[in-house]
Order: sequence, then C-alpha cells, then structure tokens
Amino acid sequence: MTYLEILQLGDSSIRMAVPLLLACLAGLYSERSGIIDIGLEGKMLGAAFAAAATAAVTGSPWLGLLAAMLVSTGMSMIHAIASINMRGNQVISGVALNFLALGVTIVLGDAWFRRGGNTPNLSSAQRFSPIELPFATQMQDVPIVGPLYAQLISGHNILVYAAFLAVPITAYILFRTRFGLRLRAVGENPTALDTAGMSVSWLRYQALIITGLLCGVAGAYLSTAQGASFTDNMTAGRGFIALAALIFAKWKPWPALFTCLLFGFLSALQIRLQGLELPFIGQVPVQAVQALPYVLTVVLLAGFIGRAVAPKASGEPYVKER
Amino acid sequence: MSAARTLPNWVTVFLMPALNVTLAFVIGGLVVAAIGENPLRAIQVLVYGAFGYGEGWGYTLHFATNFVFTGLAVALAYHAGLFNIGVEGQAYVAGLAIMVALALDNTHWVVVLVASTAAAAVLGAFWAAIPAYLQAKRGSHIVITTIMFNFIANALMSYMLSQVISRPGANAETETIAAGARLPLLSQYLPFFGHSPVNIAVILAIFALIFVYVLVWHTKFGFKLRTLGQNPAAARYAGISAVSIIIITMAISGALAGLVAVNEAVGVQKRLVVAYVGGAGFVGIAVAFMGRAHPIGVLLAAILFGGLYQGGQELAFEMPSVSSDLIVVIQALVILFTGAMSEIFRPFLVRIFGRQEPDEPEPEPEPDTTGAGSAL
Repeated sequence: MTYLEILQLGDSSIRMAVPLLLACLAGLYSERSGIIDIGLEGKMLGAAFAAAATAAVTGSPWLGLLAAMLVSTGMSMIHAIASINMRGNQVISGVALNFLALGVTIVLGDAWFRRGGNTPNLSSAQRFSPIELPFATQMQDVPIVGPLYAQLISGHNILVYAAFLAVPITAYILFRTRFGLRLRAVGENPTALDTAGMSVSWLRYQALIITGLLCGVAGAYLSTAQGASFTDNMTAGRGFIALAALIFAKWKPWPALFTCLLFGFLSALQIRLQGLELPFIGQVPVQAVQALPYVLTVVLLAGFIGRAVAPKASGEPYVKER
Repeated sequence: MSAARTLPNWVTVFLMPALNVTLAFVIGGLVVAAIGENPLRAIQVLVYGAFGYGEGWGYTLHFATNFVFTGLAVALAYHAGLFNIGVEGQAYVAGLAIMVALALDNTHWVVVLVASTAAAAVLGAFWAAIPAYLQAKRGSHIVITTIMFNFIANALMSYMLSQVISRPGANAETETIAAGARLPLLSQYLPFFGHSPVNIAVILAIFALIFVYVLVWHTKFGFKLRTLGQNPAAARYAGISAVSIIIITMAISGALAGLVAVNEAVGVQKRLVVAYVGGAGFVGIAVAFMGRAHPIGVLLAAILFGGLYQGGQELAFEMPSVSSDLIVVIQALVILFTGAMSEIFRPFLVRIFGRQEPDEPEPEPEPDTTGAGSAL
C-alpha cells in the first residue's frame, strides 16, 4: 500500500465517519439528558429526504439543510412529547419514528417525484461542494505533509468541517457551561435539579431540540453532500452504528470522535477489502468487517473490555409529584 | 400522582386501544389525502383486497401467520419486562432450518415439518439467548444488544448465503425443497383460498397462541415471568431467579420468532433467500402492542396487519400514486399511538368516564421495560 493509497483510505474514512459523528453527537445530547434515542436512524432518514427534496425543488442546498433540520427537529419533538409529556416508553417511541421515516419518505417521494421513492439527481450547484483550503494546490508537492494536507484535510465540503467543529463545541458546552452541567445532572439525578427549582422538562426539551438539529445536518450530509439524491432507506443502519459509537465512546464527545473515525475506517476498509487477498489470512469476508462495529459494541456492553455505564436516569420518565 | 381518577376496566382495555388504533388510521388517511387520493376509496380497495375474496383471505392469513409468531415473540418477552427488538434477526438466523428441510426432502412432508420446526425453534432460541445471557449475567441492555444482533445476523446470513449454503451456480439462494416434501397448501383442501400461499403452518400458529396463553397465565413459570416483569424487586424478594427467567423467556421468544422460517422459508419460498423475513419481525412489535401482549389481541392484530400487507399491495396496484409502503407508515403510527403514546386519550376519557373512587381492582400495571438498572 503506497502513501497515497493510505491517504485515500483515510479520506474515505472521514467521509464515512461524518454522518456517524453528527448522529452520535446528536444522540449524546439526548441520552445525557436522560432520554434514550433509538430514533437517530429515522431522524437522519427523514432529514436526508427533506434536504434532497428541497434542494431539488429550490436549487439550494442551504434551503435543503434548513428543511432537513426542521423535519428532524419536528420528529425529535414527537419523541419529546411521547417521552417527556406522556411519559411513554422511549424505546418504543424511537422504534415508531424509525418506521415513520422509512414509510413516509417512500410514500411522499413516490407521489412527488415518481422515481420509486428516490428524489431526482442533484446538480453540483444543488449540493454542498468540496472546499479547497488555502494553499492546498501549492502544498501538493511538499513531501509527506503536502499530500496529507491536500488529500486528507483540504477538499471536503462545509458539513464535514462543521461536524469536526461540533466535537470541541460539544465538549465545551457539556463540561464548561452552566447548561452542560445541568444537562449532565438531569440525566443522572433529575430530582436534584427539580429541587433546585429548574424545569426537568424544559432542559430535556432543549437537549432534544439540539439532537434534532444535529440529526438534520447528518441527514443533509448523506443526500446533498456525500450523495446527490435521496434513495429509499439510504441511512442503511448508520443511525444504529452511531448509537453503537455513542455507547462505545461512553457518552463523551472526544471519544465519540475517535470511535466514529474508527467505525468510518471500518466502512472504508470494507469497500477496499472486497475481493482482496491478504497475506496469511487469505480473503477476509466483507461481512466480518461489516459486523465488527456491532460486535465490538456488544463486547463492550458486556463489560469484557472496559465498562459502559449509561446516564443513571436514562429511560425513566420524570414524575414530579412523588 | 395526586387525585388520580380511575377509568373503568373496559375503557382502558378496549376503548383506549381502539381509539389509539383509529387515530393511527386517521393520520394514515391524511397521508393518502395529502398525496391527492381519496382515503375512503383507498380503505375500500384495501379491505376488498384483504378480505373481499378467497385468495385475498389466503394471502392475509399467510402474512398473519408470520405476524402471530413475531407478535407472540415480542409479547412474551414484554411480559417479563424485556423488549425484544431482535425478532427480525432471530427469524433470519432460524432460516438456516431450511438446511434440515433440504436434507430430509426425500421423505414425507410431515417429517420435514416436524424437523424444520424443531431446528428453526432451536436456532431462533440460540440467537435470542445470547443477548439474554448478556443482559442477565453481564448487565448489558437487551434493547441495544438485540438491535446489534439484528445487524450481526444480517452479516452472518449474507455470508452464509453467499459463501456456504448457496446452490451451485447461484448467488445468495439455497436449493429448492423437492416437490414431494413441500408443506401442503390449505388450498389443496379448501379451494376457497385460490392460489394463495397460506399453508399448514397456520396450525402451528394456532398452537403457538395457545401455548403462550397457557405458559404466561397458567403455569408457575408464567407467574414468575409476570412477577419479574411487573416488579423486579418483588420478584427478588420472592426468591425468583431473574437470570434463569430472563434467559428461558428470551429463548422461548426467539424460538417463536424462529417459526417464521417454517411458514415463510420452508412453507412458501421453499428455499432460503437474502432478507427473507422482510420486516415481519418489526411488524411483530406493532402487533404485540396493538394486541396488548395478549394472545387473543395478538391474533386479531396479526390478522389486521396481514390484511394491511395484502390489501396494501392491492392498493398500490389500483392506485399507482399510493406506494405499498403506506403500510409501513400505518405500522409506525400504530406503534407510536398504542405503544409510546398509549395515554394520549386518557385525560379526555377521564373527563367522560372518570370516577373518583375506584370500586374495581386497578388494572394490571404495564411491565417495566426500561430494564432493571441496566446500561443504555
């Protein structure tokens, strides 16, 4: 494998990691506030459809992004009503939202565009296009660092940079702000917050709004930045890999970044490994690499390597009058 | 809650679920109206397609058979406070039972039926018992592990189908069961069912319904299981071993899920193909909630969903602008309103039927599926 090939693998790992990272951070806000979110997949899917459909009709990826965030946040609010106001089962609500997105996107897509649930292909003006960072072409010829900068760091679209920026921002919000402290507290001990005179419901609503917005960006990335149209069920389980990544990262932002990069790398590797003979091992079945993120998460959850402990109050509706 | 006004039993058991399901269908109708079709005509086409003629009934019952198995699998686990989202994966892995059927296809169909049922049940139980063990012994949350096991099952089965058990010359498809050993279709005895695929596995579904009813409500094990589901702390005090209940319950749940293989793979397709379960495992979630986890409810909900699946195809044919995926929307709404938002009409109903002092026993509390302090 040459240096350039390694860089290319890194580059595609980043592309694969971005939607996972955005969805993973989205889930982080929700789960840190004590609301389990199985519905990341559905929110991403709904957002991806909204983004592609809006961009196709209006010609603007930015309006598409806006629509994606609106749809995804709307879905998140359904989850909020079910799990905060009605004290319903959060897992069931998430499952329902996943199916809702799966069905509605195909039904509406089919009725609006008549392409079997897909949206029309977007032109490059209707998508988020790669951004050339300054000096990328000039640096190209500098050994080692040049190609690294030009290939790996430069040349992504704006949503990629936004996703990576969201990691330090989330870390800052979570561990350095008053809101972050309250968010972590409401996921661990909502009664304490309630006693201190804060609204548990409002904090959780805020968290779920952020979850919705971030899932919206993740969906828009899939259909208007990485891809050029919406295809049915295009999230293909990414929401669940993001959920796995969130657990693997123990609900922390920086580990989330590394886990998503690892899982992104596994997806990129899986494409490269197809039909490739490795020395000593022979041909690795693609399915083994495919299953690896899930197997790793199960092993971690079982406490065989480290221990993943969820926010204490997660999954329990808060009842004020005790 | 302060000043809780209770509702009569018939309201919570019958009226509330009925209103929730109606709401789901009304919103489904609004989706139909939004894409410019007449929802009333859509319902007419749907009902006729599902129940209007013999062959339609046959398809409806065929789908319903799968949904009885998956619905019971979800419902049984639910009584023990476990949410088994892994039914799809358990049914998929159980598809390997086709190898047993293929090995015996020079014998009689009765042998094939018995052997493949046993194999499918064992395989499904095995795939469900691993997450159960991890929940019971290692404290990992069953919801997450069963989701992960769905994906692992996908990878495993796609490997098996592409590399190990595929028919020579074909990719991702096994041999077909020889004509002499195929499960008989009901239409062989009752011409009413036309060319529909409904087969002898229907009887298996009826046995499964009775089995779950007796197991949950008329055995010692069922009592322990429900105690664990409703109050894990009380179960512990009573000396009930959560570990064994969780593992056995999930194994039976997985075995029920596995029976989909008998109806769908052995009975209808007569071979194993990729993703043969086709979402029946997830429909099981809707069926279990709509049927309030009771076998009679599961049966009715399964027939309703079977009708939706059959009628939905008819609908997509008659009204080309309505995709057959409309049923996925309705399925989602049913899960949402009967599962997560089941209390949506309570304030309204309390105003009409509410009584200050309860003179009837409280309805059974819902099992606590958030898991006893396990990680998520």
